[in-house]
Amino acid sequence: MGVVPDALLRACDGHVTEASDDDTVLGMAPRWVASPATTAEVSAVMSAASASGLAVVPRGSGTKLRWGNAPRRLDVVLDTTRLDRLVEHAAGDLILVTGAGRPLATLQEDLAGSAQRLGIDPTRSGTIGGTVATGTSGPMRLRHGAVRDLVIGMTLVRADGVVAKSGGKVVKNVAGYDLAKLLTGSFGTLGVITEVAFRLHPVPGERRWVTVSVDGPDAAQDAVQSLVHSQQVPVAVEVDWDGATGTVAALLEGHAEATEECAATVAQELGDGAHVSGSAPPWWGEDLEREGPRDRGSGRTLVRVTHEIAGAGRLLRATGDLRERCGVLASYRGSPAVGVGCAVLDGEATTVVAAVDHLRATAAALGGAVVVLEAPDAVRDRLDVWGPATALDLMRSVKQRFDPGGVLAPGRFVGGI
Amino acid sequence: MDTDVLARRLRTLVGDHAVITDRQQLRTYECDGLTHYKVVPALVVLAECTAHVAAAVTECARAGIPFVARGSGTGLSGGALPHADGVLIVLSRMRQILEVDRANQRAVVEPGVINLQLSDTTRPEGYYYAPDPSSQQVCSIGGNVAENSGGAHCLKYGFTTNHVTGLEFVTPQGEVVELGGKAPDPTGYDLLGAVVGSEGTLGVATRVTVRLTRTPEDVSTLLAAFASTDQAGAAVSAIIGAGVIPAAIEMMDALAIEAAEAAVHCDYPAGAGAVLIVEIDGPAVDVRHVFAEVERHCREADAFEIRIAQDDAERALFWKGRKSAFAAVGRISPDYIVQDGVIPRTALPEVLRRIADLSTESGVRVANVFHAGDGNLHPLVLFDESKPGEGERAEEVSGAILDLCIEHGGSITGEHGVGSDKAKFMPRMFTDDDLDTMQLVRCAFDPESISNPGKIFPTPRLCGERPGRHQGVHPLAESGVAEVF
Ligand SMILES: Cc1cc2nc3c(=O)[nH]c(=O)nc-3n(C[C@H](O)[C@H](O)[C@H](O)COP(=O)(O)OP(=O)(O)OC[C@H]3O[C@@H](n4cnc5c(N)ncnc54)[C@H](O)[C@@H]3O)c2cc1C
Ligand SMILES: Cc1cc2nc3c(=O)[nH]c(=O)nc-3n(C[C@H](O)[C@H](O)[C@H](O)COP(=O)(O)OP(=O)(O)OC[C@H]3O[C@@H](n4cnc5c(N)ncnc54)[C@H](O)[C@@H]3O)c2cc1C
Repeated sequence: MGVVPDALLRACDGHVTEASDDDTVLGMAPRWVASPATTAEVSAVMSAASASGLAVVPRGSGTKLRWGNAPRRLDVVLDTTRLDRLVEHAAGDLILVTGAGRPLATLQEDLAGSAQRLGIDPTRSGTIGGTVATGTSGPMRLRHGAVRDLVIGMTLVRADGVVAKSGGKVVKNVAGYDLAKLLTGSFGTLGVITEVAFRLHPVPGERRWVTVSVDGPDAAQDAVQSLVHSQQVPVAVEVDWDGATGTVAALLEGHAEATEECAATVAQELGDGAHVSGSAPPWWGEDLEREGPRDRGSGRTLVRVTHEIAGAGRLLRATGDLRERCGVLASYRGSPAVGVGCAVLDGEATTVVAAVDHLRATAAALGGAVVVLEAPDAVRDRLDVWGPATALDLMRSVKQRFDPGGVLAPGRFVGGI
Repeated sequence: MDTDVLARRLRTLVGDHAVITDRQQLRTYECDGLTHYKVVPALVVLAECTAHVAAAVTECARAGIPFVARGSGTGLSGGALPHADGVLIVLSRMRQILEVDRANQRAVVEPGVINLQLSDTTRPEGYYYAPDPSSQQVCSIGGNVAENSGGAHCLKYGFTTNHVTGLEFVTPQGEVVELGGKAPDPTGYDLLGAVVGSEGTLGVATRVTVRLTRTPEDVSTLLAAFASTDQAGAAVSAIIGAGVIPAAIEMMDALAIEAAEAAVHCDYPAGAGAVLIVEIDGPAVDVRHVFAEVERHCREADAFEIRIAQDDAERALFWKGRKSAFAAVGRISPDYIVQDGVIPRTALPEVLRRIADLSTESGVRVANVFHAGDGNLHPLVLFDESKPGEGERAEEVSGAILDLCIEHGGSITGEHGVGSDKAKFMPRMFTDDDLDTMQLVRCAFDPESISNPGKIFPTPRLCGERPGRHQGVHPLAESGVAEVF
């Protein structure tokens, strides 16, 4: 461990501690944890780290540090939880500016009572920074867009400590490059996100869920296609799948006096067995995987799958086939009208690896990809969690320009970036 | 390399008919929609396919010659302004709609496809392409991608960046790469998100995959006339405050109405100090209820006349005045500047008053047209170039309006881009560090700075070391082709 370097101490006003076992990132133990409280302090930490060649991994609540590769080197965990200020909620403009360390749940509470919401669901534990850096996805994405579409401005600190802003506080803005797009989903490898401006949406007058059971992939496919093309425009379409059968559900939102009728129309379009309810099915927006201990995980493997919308049925069939093909039990939950979801795979390490390969081939044929999010070490050691990516040279080149010294989360990302 | 040599090389690669060197013909391309900047390019390539674009870019990269992509040339910031020693790569011959994939809600198009053509093609299948710049009858999808273009309906449906899911893209080294496709979230950095809106400075889009949007079950449109922009602004606030997101909500002030009236006889209510066009779309029942609320808000804000479009023809008439507004001011002023600033919507009354003050103080007339829902202003600054000093005064007012936008936490451009025109304003909105960081992206894609150089950034960053990629024997020399030169 050793004494905390002076430069680091000075950088964040003494808020540096020696790391403990809890701070390990996929087996890599850092030496220190620095907790800056302002963008200026983050800048000072990064300058100090860069100057002495210390490797840094940004951390929010630390719930998803097992996602991605283990860092190649690690000296400092940069804890962002003190960057938790609600900077501004301009209700009339439907925008909100927040420190990156503010928990998503706190932010949703801030908005409660304002008749406005941030279109990121479900409200999981974790910070705004972690939510943005992983590019999370939930049911309402169908209506409100992905996290990338809700971020209208960002302040970030580069590996060399330089502070940069992109975008601003207005929804419509094409001045300069949209750096926030690059940072969203970058897993802390391009910069430390310190502040984010979001666009908000009004809370609708009414909500209804339309649910239908599906007894196989073809029925699921038909239900999803019916919902996708419906002029009642569902806000969200979700599927819950146990490997053989499941449920497809849609959320309708709108004017208090109109939504019931819209939902009834959707139920009619879906045909026999569809029913309307004022509350969500129990699995709606719930995570598939059980939370495991912070640095060991649940023992099961969680993968994120993307696909073309029309491939939903084929994807579900493929998850069901894993049992026979590889002896792996798979369940799936996701947003088929967006083309993203998560599968949980349960089985021996080698069979899970085979299952991932099989799913990758299926997803690729559907224009998508499979990224392994959470997995036991025995699985991790046997595969590339990120899988193949196109335009990897350009990505490397971007990383090289932003972080030539490999200071920020080295090796954590796609292709060992 | 001199232009003749380059021209000869390109002719062997893309064919004689696709290379223009004749000075008279080159002049066709000397400017975009911002006509007071003019530069004649050294040569023009009329690309017909990705291979042509890649060949042209590769030649430029080898010779260290700048290139500029051009779609329909309707840009309003001088983005497609050619480089005098460079190659202009024109994409308007790449006009095929390659695929309409209804089940996936996607279309795949060549970059020269005209925005409206895509919607016209997909409407029979119940789908359209949502981003609708007022120039949609002529502008290209490739240009839209480069500018991250918006339109009247972007308040509800988002901008180009929210509707592009994939690109085939030629890098400034001439390599063809795929970014994204029909599925979301390609693994890795969101390069697509960086490229959309980069104004042709990171490379050339040669194929575009876009999301198609289901046509709404119902649409209702009203035109409300108010005595003043303050009242119209209050109506907008009430509507947005009630949690309504209209498909569109557009405002014009008295001078803009006068111009539109003169140009297209749209027959807006006489004596209006401001008109609002509000459109609501979606499921029929929902539209019915929401529309009734909108009408009530307009009435409560003292609209003195409200017209409700009874059919598509009447709706088109409402929109005609608005969509022709830019060109229409030509009827009331020999010259004008189209400005494109953004402010937080709630600052609207204050900013409009300040613009009025600026106008009174300088004697320069300003007509206002804007996307009221998202605070995107298009002040039209009127002047007469033939009168000494008027041009300069108009420029000053136009610049002062941008300062107002920045002062209120807004932006110097909401949809027309920075291009050549606004590069000098970038330092007012961004710090040197911000601009430097943006240029890291530029250096990552284009270390030699040959893709549309001189746009967006007031001072180019030196990228440092050159990439070693294209060294060694020139493939043309190797294959013997280069010996002809
Ligand atoms: C497709 C998808 C599905 C998801 N599904 C689930 C799910 O099923 N269950 C669930 O719990 N979560 C899910 N999430 C993730 C969810 O958003 C997490 O709640 C969140 O990412 C964790 O926040 P945290 O503060 O704990 O982040 P951490 O665990 O602290 O960090 C996560 C990652 O972000 C980086 N990071 C954190 N903060 C910053 C910052 N300020 N600047 C730069 N980098 C930073 C870290 O280095 C790390 O790589 C999903 C995400 C995706 C992409
Ligand atoms: C009357 C009028 C109304 C307008 N209304 C709107 C409006 O409502 N909303 C709005 O957003 N804009 C509007 N515009 C501006 C303009 O139409 C848009 O910016 C449009 O997207 C430009 O498309 P274009 O094909 O004409 O592109 P061009 O003008 O040819 O080029 C624009 C930029 O894109 C680059 N480019 C072009 N094609 C490619 C490609 N394939 N790959 C990479 N870079 C490329 C060029 O280098 C240049 O920088 C309007 C313009 C006019 C004249």
